[in-house]
Amino acid sequence: MKNHIFRPLWVVIGLVVLILIIRPFYVPKDFGIHERGYMYGWYRKSNIEDWKKVSVKYQGKEYCGSCHPDKVESIDRTPHAVIQCENCHGPALEHPSDPPKLAIDRTREQCLRCHAKLVYPSSGRANIRGIDPDKHNPGVECVMCHNPHNPILEGLK
Amino acid sequence: MISRRDFLKSAAKVVAGASIPLAAIEILAPARVHALKTDSSIRWAFLVDTYKCVGCGFCVKACKNENEIPYDANVTRTWVERYVLTKDGKLYADSPKGARDGFTGTKIDLGMGHYQDIKKEDIKKAFFVPKLCNQCDNPPCVQVCPVGATYQAPDGVVMVDRKWCIGCGYCIMACPYGVRFFHPKYHTAEKCNFCYHRITKGLKTACVQACPFGARQIGNIKDPNDPVAKAITTERVGILKSEYGTKPQVFYIGLDEEVR
Repeated sequence: MKNHIFRPLWVVIGLVVLILIIRPFYVPKDFGIHERGYMYGWYRKSNIEDWKKVSVKYQGKEYCGSCHPDKVESIDRTPHAVIQCENCHGPALEHPSDPPKLAIDRTREQCLRCHAKLVYPSSGRANIRGIDPDKHNPGVECVMCHNPHNPILEGLK
Repeated sequence: MISRRDFLKSAAKVVAGASIPLAAIEILAPARVHALKTDSSIRWAFLVDTYKCVGCGFCVKACKNENEIPYDANVTRTWVERYVLTKDGKLYADSPKGARDGFTGTKIDLGMGHYQDIKKEDIKKAFFVPKLCNQCDNPPCVQVCPVGATYQAPDGVVMVDRKWCIGCGYCIMACPYGVRFFHPKYHTAEKCNFCYHRITKGLKTACVQACPFGARQIGNIKDPNDPVAKAITTERVGILKSEYGTKPQVFYIGLDEEVR
């Protein structure tokens, strides 16, 4: 057969050989078939460790209580004991070193997440005391009158 | 005319030839068997109690912050859906911004800027359903990945290798639950991984911790003393889209037929 037919063939063969040579260097040693076989377990194993390295942002109530026990103790005597500090105070991250101060969410919308009355009979929402946001002092921040750390109505400011 | 000798010779050749590929498969198999045998003692599973969910959306807020999902982008690893069934047989469902800011009104978001207010007298049933990745035992999203960028870890969690993902989006199309999306910053496939960095440190996931009502729980289904495993194995729980055969590992208490 003529040379001009073979020439592109050699190029293709050359490329295949080149890829096969590069492949062992390029593909990480831990990439391959793991526990769950080829269908579900074909991956780079060290990626599992990569995901474990993601930083924890929400430290939890106990972390807050180790420095602010008085605050945790006082809120624990109220129905708001079920709410994590960081739900309103924001993720602690590395507080107190970084950030030294947390941005507190004092907005009306934050309270309305639970306290906008929705009469949904088969949901826990129906059992939460709530208001109609359009009728109950619209535009005013809830914390003007209510203390979120002592939300019972007797504790009105 | 074929002689007996030639016939037997050819027959032996055919049998020998046919058995070689079979034998080759037999040689490969033990590695696979060994891989299957090294089983993890952990299998993470999730339990959602829809009766307890009040639609506050603290789970979504915590998830987005914890997992560095751009807060204002309309994508989220977990979300909460609201279902409202009226007495005249209509079904309304919405999840504005994935319920990142909770449900603060009676108006249902119909999309395209339209809202439908439903009076409480007209409601037959109404409830909230939190959604997240089901960490399926047979994850269709993993099967379709052409580059091995998404996989199932030995403890059952399905994860995405951001270095390996080429952003083809096959997995996003393959997931029957619609839990996958593109990360607006990394431009790779993104999904809930049960806060892998937290559960492997003995912490709860960000959404479980943030939920004030215990509507979300996570546990190890292989540990018989795990309260979540006990609840899943002894209580009446449902799964989403069982007809797909994906074997989801997120179980729901109080699942209604309207929930898809």
